Amino acid sequence: MQLVLEKRAERSNTIALVSPLIAIGLTIVTMTILFAILGKNPFLALQAYFVAPLIDSYSLQEIAVKATPLVMIAIGLSLCYLANAWNIGAEGQFLIGAVAGSWIAVKTQGTDAGPWVLPAMLVLAAAAGALYALIPAICKVKFGASEILTSLMLVYVADLLLDYLVRGPWRDPNGFNFPTTAEFDPVATVPLLIEGGRLHLGSIIALLVVAAAAILLGRTIKGFEIRVVGAAPRAARFGGFNANQLIILTFAVSGALAGLAGIIEVAGPVGHLQPGISPGYGFTAIIVAFLGRLNPIGILIAGLFLALTFIGGEQAQIAMKIPLDVTKVFQGILLFYVLACDSLILYRFKLVFPSRQVARGAG
Amino acid sequence: MKKSLLALVAGLLLAGNVSAASAADKLKVGFIYLGPIGDLGWTYQHELARQALVKELGDKIETTYLENVPEGPDAERAIEQLVRAGNKLIFTTSFGYMDPTLKVAKKYPNVHFEHATGYKRDKNMSTYSAKWYQGRYIQGLIAAKMSKSGVLGYIGSFPIPEVVSGINATILAAQTINPNIKVKIIWANTWFDPGKEADAAKALIDQGADIIMQHTDSPAAMQIASERGKLAFGQDSEMIKFGPKTQLTSILDTWGSYYIERVKAELDGTWKSEDSWGGLDSHLFAMAPYTNMPDDVKKIAEDAQAAITAGKLHPFKCPVIGQDGKEIECKGGANLADGQILGMNFYVKGIDDKLPGK
Repeated sequence: MQLVLEKRAERSNTIALVSPLIAIGLTIVTMTILFAILGKNPFLALQAYFVAPLIDSYSLQEIAVKATPLVMIAIGLSLCYLANAWNIGAEGQFLIGAVAGSWIAVKTQGTDAGPWVLPAMLVLAAAAGALYALIPAICKVKFGASEILTSLMLVYVADLLLDYLVRGPWRDPNGFNFPTTAEFDPVATVPLLIEGGRLHLGSIIALLVVAAAAILLGRTIKGFEIRVVGAAPRAARFGGFNANQLIILTFAVSGALAGLAGIIEVAGPVGHLQPGISPGYGFTAIIVAFLGRLNPIGILIAGLFLALTFIGGEQAQIAMKIPLDVTKVFQGILLFYVLACDSLILYRFKLVFPSRQVARGAG
Repeated sequence: MKKSLLALVAGLLLAGNVSAASAADKLKVGFIYLGPIGDLGWTYQHELARQALVKELGDKIETTYLENVPEGPDAERAIEQLVRAGNKLIFTTSFGYMDPTLKVAKKYPNVHFEHATGYKRDKNMSTYSAKWYQGRYIQGLIAAKMSKSGVLGYIGSFPIPEVVSGINATILAAQTINPNIKVKIIWANTWFDPGKEADAAKALIDQGADIIMQHTDSPAAMQIASERGKLAFGQDSEMIKFGPKTQLTSILDTWGSYYIERVKAELDGTWKSEDSWGGLDSHLFAMAPYTNMPDDVKKIAEDAQAAITAGKLHPFKCPVIGQDGKEIECKGGANLADGQILGMNFYVKGIDDKLPGK
């Protein structure tokens, strides 16, 4: 007798709903064992990870702040991935957006420029992110270059450009030559939503982006086109849908969203342009996109959930003196179980009995 | 409901760790670390200092640290988390935490902050750093004596003044022994990335360098130098076990006495905002034993160390000639002024390279 995975005739919608819960359950069981081995009280540790951040208004704000760039980027990426276009370079588009928007902030610094500054920064950042994403998209459409490689490599170009600017022309003249621009003026800063907190307007923009994507995918022909081109390219061709045009479109949209996320992060929580403005948001967003099953609402939940594990991890470090490595193991185990459980949507376990196995073995 | 749940958790926590009464009385001291505590370099030295602090004052304080905190938007949250967990004195141990520390400091005027290597201060935010360029000067002397090829390999982290002044001090010292000494510089653009640091060391050796110097935090370069039979200097911590036949000396960050002093001040209620910038005459850094060199070189190093400690020798004694051959304005009398060293953004003559961003 043997246990094998067998492909289902069609995807199971029940499992699609239940599998994240199974994954979380398995993670909790595994982590309980791990905490017990480490000599920590598993109940308290899980409490620090999952519950403590959710019952405190400060932590809730921080979760939203952390999730904002992740959700915005992931929504854009999901459109690409649905259309079978593989934008891996959101990190670069994020940085270019941050750089382009900061250009206005730096140039208007100390002048009496009015309230047009921030909107102009947002628009320019989105445009720059879109244009930057168009480079790999056009290379793909015109020359057949792998967009996975080109978009990824452009991340390093953006990183070095940002580095050059903050060490050279845009360096804070009063900053002892340290690599950062001066703090942005108030008109170039994303307004806070709650006095004394860090929650900012960007989180509202992220929610609007989620809503817009949900409408685009669920209610418009363009959204239908994106899904058909990705799921059934041949059918899409017969339907007269232009796959190349969609690659261009989805790359541009995802680049724009990543660029927007970039400037919001810089003009919001950071307050100035410096190297290291992104702890890998563009890459983490890929995980968020898939964790959210490329569905806008799913991505919102996944982004918030991943943010929760970051904040909870910090609280566990402080309250329980649990090392950071355990937090990373925790995140890794969680992703592992989520992906493993997802295979149950398309496959199911089946017991195979010896007689049939012999027949198969003979073949 | 919220409160009672929190109280329950807090109670359980305290019961689990230490007795509730003593924990409530203890001063809570927090640390923000850039790398993992196991980086065996920068963060490791801060962690050793924290352990020394606990050993000295453990009955009066409780310490907490957060490691691997990126120098971006996450730093502000991490610092604030420590404040919210009740820490009253918080050490943020990397340059990139400067603005986040300042932001949190303004928000919580009753909490005291200590920021390493920065230049922004406030009434509840001190800064502390060390004059490592003094140690670099000694290394420059040793390197020039020990190098057969006359080419030094230098792994830089970021071209900020602290690192640039270290390169300049090295070369100025080396030139007193070998006027034609050459230095190859590779910017790793990271403080801690053993892979990149190892690659940089390999590239430098391939370009003819036979002495490897580093301003990055891991022992990776030391290991490469050891494998290739070259000599090297450690950084931040004692790295001799990674190159018993390789390490000449190492600049050791010894924050312990500073941390103990500041925490004592906090306990006494005498803490006030200060700018501490200590040299070899302070306890903020030390030189590891001089090893793998002949006695005459060792003597040169020891003499230089004694002279610097006594204030008789200054690495940036005027005149200092810039890369363009022009003399640097001497704002500190006989030597460059502290401000010129803290903001150093030029190479001295003899460095055949271009400073990034210039």
